Amino acid sequence: MVLRTLATMGPQHGLGLAKRILQVSESLLDLNQGTLYPALLRLEQRRWIKSRWGVSDNNRKAKFYELTARGRRQIREETENWELTVALMAKFLAKPAGER
Amino acid sequence: MIWGRVIDVFRRRRLDTELESQLTYHLDALEAEARARGLSPDDARAAARRAMGGLTQVQDAYRDQLRIPVIDALWQDGRYALRAMRHNLTFTVVVVLTLALGIGANAAVFSVVNSVLLKPLSYPRPEELVALRQIAPGAQGLASSADGLVLSPSMYLTYAENNRAFESLGVWVATSSTVTGVGEPEQVRIIGVTDGFLPALAVPAAAGRWFVAGDAGGPRPPSVIRQWPTVMLSYGYWQRRFGGDRSVIGRTVIVDSIPREIVGVMPQGFRIVTAEADLLFLLAFDRGRATLAGFNYQGVARLKPGTTIAQANADMARMVPIWMASWSDGPGTDSRAYETWNIAPALRPLKQEIVGSVTDVLWVVMATIGLVMLIACANVANLLLVRAEVRQKELSLRAALGASRGRIVWSLLVESVLLGLMGGALGVGLAYAGLRVLLAIGPANLPRLNEISLDARTLGFTVVLSLLSSVLFGLIPALKYTGPRISAALGSIGRTASVSRERHHVRSVLVVVQVAIALVLLVSAGLMIRTFQSIRTVEPGFTEPDRLQMMRIFFSGSVVPGAERVTRMQNDIQDKLASIPGVTSAAFGSQMPMEGFGLNLGVLNFGPVLTEDRPDPSGTPPMRSFKYASPGFFRTAGTRLVAGREMTWTEVHGLRPIVMISESLARELWGTPAAAIGKHLRHLPDVPWHEVIGVVQDVRENGVYQSAPPTVYWPSISAYVSPSAVRPNAIRQVTFIVRSERAGTEGFLNQVRQAVWSVNSSLPVSPRTMREVYDRSLAPTSFTLVMLAIAASMALLLGVVGIYGVISYAVSQRRREIGIRAALGAQQGELKRMFVRHGLALAGVGVAIGLGAAAGLTRLMSTLLYGITPLDPLTYAVVPVILVIATVLASYLPARRAVAVDPVEALGSE
Repeated sequence: MVLRTLATMGPQHGLGLAKRILQVSESLLDLNQGTLYPALLRLEQRRWIKSRWGVSDNNRKAKFYELTARGRRQIREETENWELTVALMAKFLAKPAGER
Repeated sequence: MIWGRVIDVFRRRRLDTELESQLTYHLDALEAEARARGLSPDDARAAARRAMGGLTQVQDAYRDQLRIPVIDALWQDGRYALRAMRHNLTFTVVVVLTLALGIGANAAVFSVVNSVLLKPLSYPRPEELVALRQIAPGAQGLASSADGLVLSPSMYLTYAENNRAFESLGVWVATSSTVTGVGEPEQVRIIGVTDGFLPALAVPAAAGRWFVAGDAGGPRPPSVIRQWPTVMLSYGYWQRRFGGDRSVIGRTVIVDSIPREIVGVMPQGFRIVTAEADLLFLLAFDRGRATLAGFNYQGVARLKPGTTIAQANADMARMVPIWMASWSDGPGTDSRAYETWNIAPALRPLKQEIVGSVTDVLWVVMATIGLVMLIACANVANLLLVRAEVRQKELSLRAALGASRGRIVWSLLVESVLLGLMGGALGVGLAYAGLRVLLAIGPANLPRLNEISLDARTLGFTVVLSLLSSVLFGLIPALKYTGPRISAALGSIGRTASVSRERHHVRSVLVVVQVAIALVLLVSAGLMIRTFQSIRTVEPGFTEPDRLQMMRIFFSGSVVPGAERVTRMQNDIQDKLASIPGVTSAAFGSQMPMEGFGLNLGVLNFGPVLTEDRPDPSGTPPMRSFKYASPGFFRTAGTRLVAGREMTWTEVHGLRPIVMISESLARELWGTPAAAIGKHLRHLPDVPWHEVIGVVQDVRENGVYQSAPPTVYWPSISAYVSPSAVRPNAIRQVTFIVRSERAGTEGFLNQVRQAVWSVNSSLPVSPRTMREVYDRSLAPTSFTLVMLAIAASMALLLGVVGIYGVISYAVSQRRREIGIRAALGAQQGELKRMFVRHGLALAGVGVAIGLGAAAGLTRLMSTLLYGITPLDPLTYAVVPVILVIATVLASYLPARRAVAVDPVEALGSE
């Protein structure tokens, strides 16, 4: 999700990411915005995203995260996986529906 | 992924503060938004907090992500261990020093082994280089020493022209020359190389060029070596004499009174196999004068790619008969004489040629030092055991609090590894210092000395050694004291009950092992001492080498033409030298024993001996060593006259046909030395008979280890003893010897120089004493002896400390028992004996095992021994006695403390 967001929006800081995810999920996901940060760290340690310090819209220092090449590959793989899962699930779920 | 985490562990603190500022920013933004929606400041803050969730939880989750459990534990254990070490500083210092000593000694010796034996030679593609060695078992120790037979000019020509196995091939010979024209005449080391030699080694010139075949000059009768109008310089000489000036190429230097053109400079560090030289000259042979004999030249060749040594040997073997059929030793000689020599090629890799003699020594030393390391490890393990005993309470507590056995073993191991690494770091320092000392001493027999350094491989070795040894000595106590029964110990802490036998078991085994290893090392050192002793009893054929001043002088044909004038001048110099105050006598000869100049150019160095009264039935009499000596030579050198007398100057100048012979030759030919006097011999059928006027004791010409060759001593000038034998020929390269109390002192050397120059001022004088030459020939033995003695004394010391430690610990653990015994009326002597007996029992088992091991292991060093067997009874008798005495001392000291125990106090202390 975070990766996807970064992919569509380009470099973002934590706040921007949180807002965007809230927006996209149309507040369906009611997570604590703080949990974002450990997740970001994990992604960074996996070298899927990288970060650097920059200046935000309102002229304050903020850490900007962006995707790495490895991260892009990861999105592709994950998406494929997900689509496969979805397709599989759809088949399984469709069957009982037809029987009923 | 793991890397990302590992790196982050080390920037944990920064990431943490960064998180904080990100969170603040996020919070502030949410708060501002809420305010914009119209909330009051307090409500806005609360809303922002709600949206964020628990900040502490976030931080915790974040920090967890920044942690790797293993590294954390390591870090924790490391700090814990360091604290424990600080707490017990004496223990730490003793352990680290013991390890540093062991590891340092090992690192130093390993770096020598690595540089000398393991690293490839510094020539390009060194694996293709071979030394052209041959064996001649039939030559009766004459031309063939332990090193085998080298080449003669005719052999070189045959091999160079007919071989199929070599890419290029060359021979070399080391000698000395005089450089004049600048300041005092200087004697320089010069090496002649044939035109194929430098291409074989393939080291390009640093400036200028190599020799080419076209550099060879015209013939130079009677020598087989042609003129050499060009020279090359070594890097060192180029720097020293010409300041590294590149314009020297094309200039001339005056060598042996002839101007020669400098054509090139060899690079720094270039060595010719084993030798270093100041100058190189092109060795080209006069085909017309080459004889079968003249085995004077060492050969080196580069194999064609893909050719094996066996194939090259076969190729050489094919050429030996060609050589014998193509050349002769002149009219009246029989080429078949060499068939009895059974000459066979024995090529060996050049590296083996260079390092061969020290390979055994170095491996023995390495093994010895390795054993010392084992003893050091055993000692440290012992110390750790004692400490683990003391810390049992702490360990039990940790176990009781839920630490797993693995975790405790792990933390103890971390402690050992820390100790090991500290010891290793200090050890590298010690090794570095040790190597500096070694290089400063510069053992004469150690080849490639200039290549010795502490390189990456040595450092790697040291780290691995430190880690391995830490695990070795750390694992024993770690496993022993973390066993399943560990919790039981909690209850009994503080009791000083007699310790069960089982508890002592591990420590006793360690001490036994130490004693056994120490015994092996002591036996090895003892064998070397005995070897040295038996070498000292060998009569080398000269006396009091400290008082024998020597100097090598070359009377070149351009300085002194004419053989008679050479002899006259040599006679004058001898008289001048003899008249220096404090000089007992002076003389000269072709060379002194063990001087290592190889053979003398321009004269026969050996030949057959025919006798007048006993014709050799085979028709091919064996070859004998030929030497040349002036009147008074044997008296000055201290060679005992066994029968007859020395020559006189009248006889020498009158070219009288007289000779002296060595005792072994006299006994072989005529039975007794006395019977030889007045008999006649010659070396060629068409020369007059020479009368034997004196017989001298055998001289160990090739070093104390090698038997004395049967030798004929000719006068320094003779009408007959030259390769061409046409007119009087005087030996021009001679060693003058002067016997004086003041040999080697600066004032004396000045007087010697003045004496020589008063006769002819263009003669170079390069003095040394016979002691230097003699010591050099003993160097392999003395080097091994010193190294083994150091290792053995370290082993003895560590072993004694081990026994002392065990006994004194036993005493402290058994105080209560001692108290009871004393209270029940045990005598003091009885108590002492109890502990000494304990020590002796341990040592006894160790000695028994050690004797067995020594008997097996010392066989490996039999090549280093001389005059004794590896099972020398005296050594095997004395060494155990030394160990037992040391043991008694080491256990008596703590035993005395046992006696001092006050029974009341000991029993009441609980």
